[in-house]
Amino acid sequence: MSSSPVPLLSVSGVTLQYKTLQHRVTATYRVSFDILSADRFVLLGPSGCGKSTLLKAVGGYITPVEGEIRLKGQRVVKPGPDRVMVFQEFDQLLPWKTVRQNVVFALEASGRLRGKAADERAMAYIEKVNLARFADALPHTLSGGMKQRVAIARGMAMESDILLMDEPFAALDALTRRKMQDELLQLWEDTRFTVLFVTHSIPEAVRIGNRILLLSPHPGQVKAELNSDGTDPVDMRSGQRLSDRIHGMLFDDSEAVAGAVHG
Amino acid sequence: MASLPPARPEFVRDAALAEEFGVVQQPLTPWDRIRNSAFARKTAILVVLAALWQAYAMHLGNPLVLPTFTATVHALIDRTVNGELLARAGTSLKVLLEGYAIGLVAAFGFTVLAMTTRLGNDLLETLTAMLNPLPAIALLPLALVWLGLGNPSIIFVLVHAVMWPIALNTHSGFQAVSNTLRMVGRNYGLRGPAYIMKILVPAAFPSILAGLKVGWAFAWRTLIAAELVFGTTSGSGGLGWFIYENKNLLDIPAVFAGLFTVIIIGLLVESLVFRTIERRTIRKWGMQN
Ligand SMILES: Nc1ncnc2c1ncn2[C@@H]1O[C@H](COP(=O)(O)OP(=O)(O)OP(=O)(O)O)[C@@H](O)[C@H]1O
Ligand SMILES: [Mg+2]
Repeated sequence: MSSSPVPLLSVSGVTLQYKTLQHRVTATYRVSFDILSADRFVLLGPSGCGKSTLLKAVGGYITPVEGEIRLKGQRVVKPGPDRVMVFQEFDQLLPWKTVRQNVVFALEASGRLRGKAADERAMAYIEKVNLARFADALPHTLSGGMKQRVAIARGMAMESDILLMDEPFAALDALTRRKMQDELLQLWEDTRFTVLFVTHSIPEAVRIGNRILLLSPHPGQVKAELNSDGTDPVDMRSGQRLSDRIHGMLFDDSEAVAGAVHG
Repeated sequence: MASLPPARPEFVRDAALAEEFGVVQQPLTPWDRIRNSAFARKTAILVVLAALWQAYAMHLGNPLVLPTFTATVHALIDRTVNGELLARAGTSLKVLLEGYAIGLVAAFGFTVLAMTTRLGNDLLETLTAMLNPLPAIALLPLALVWLGLGNPSIIFVLVHAVMWPIALNTHSGFQAVSNTLRMVGRNYGLRGPAYIMKILVPAAFPSILAGLKVGWAFAWRTLIAAELVFGTTSGSGGLGWFIYENKNLLDIPAVFAGLFTVIIIGLLVESLVFRTIERRTIRKWGMQN
């Protein structure tokens, strides 16, 4: 009974570095975590702690200098459609393609589906993010939040093993962000996809994640892995809310940057 | 100390539905519309210039130096009706398109090479830095020595005129493609030629189109200049040769008519071909206003 389940994605002892012209910058140091199928796994940490770098490494864009990343037992060595990324930037949609074509493009370029089948799948996911009316609109005619929803639809339509999201809501206003979080959770209820979600907002992490990995400030190291049920419960032992506990853990040694974390 | 603003009552309203008030708009007067049209304004400028020309030429009274505007238009119509100008323009355009097409393909090949290998990149950067500032027409004497008197020489010079600006623009366009779009392309498994054609080319299209335009302008100028130096290749020369011939015959109105044709073709290509491409691509995509 108690045999530990096989992880979908396992990151073990991963150290990531950037080489600049003058020196090497260590972004993360020996980070390990396992993601199970249908996890909503959140990477949380202060700005500059290496969350995006870690996500890019899982995406296959950066090779670890130490440790390894395995997806379903296969070593990750390059980008591929089995790990779809949703970026923070609004310019991730191809501006020369309509909403529908953007999603179809992903399906066809990756060889996942073709023709009518691709079109139908694309429309199904565009409907899921409530953009059916805008299926034939070009990206530059959409608002920032709508563009992010298209990017999410495109990522989800791939039905890949894992969806990688790098602060996809960070550039949105608080109201839209809240709505998008709800939508994401609703979509997860529908299809139970696996997602690795990066954020530096504690409330967002608590709402979205079922498992939260806390990283220390630069260079990022694992500080804790916590469970969350989305309600920000009061912990029995410490008598603190989950978000307050996280806040304490992240900023006990660096109060100065606490202001950087917001809702 | 500033006093507090006075208390005001609060209120809450329901927004009216758009259908109730419709679109608020008022038609412009015809006069406003004419003044708003760039075409109308530019036409007015041309009319004024033509009138000044006519007045000065009549005052000068020396058609060998400056024929009147009407005489030029006459010559233009005569030579167009008898088919001469069209045939000359056709000859020029045919050579031009050949050179342009070869230059375009070469530029594209070069740029792709530069995108895929570091050596290719260095090669392209060095060559464009060296050859782009060199006026293509300066290579004509060399071309004549290498390739002899004839179309191959002109095409050689044209290719040179077209290739570097297009390669330079395409290359810098490729390099400016946002990292996010590149990562998106690779995420969906695009590699090699598919990656270049489906991501880099459309994303860099504003630069590429700018390069195509510059290449066109360079090619057109270079061609006319080359034809002025030696025009006739196989009996029938192009527009540059037409201008040169008529200068020798002292048919100055025809010289002006030839110049007009050069200008008109340049404008037509710019406004019909390039504007249309621009409207259907980068403007439509919101990549340029
Ligand atoms: N291209 C790069 N070249 C050199 N160093 C980099 C590069 N990108 C990031 N870094 C460094 O790596 C560290 C981690 O950066 P990363 O972008 O992963 O942070 P992050 O946790 O995503 O921060 P944020 O929450 O602000 O997005 C930073 O300290 C940064 O200085
Ligand atoms: Mg980041």
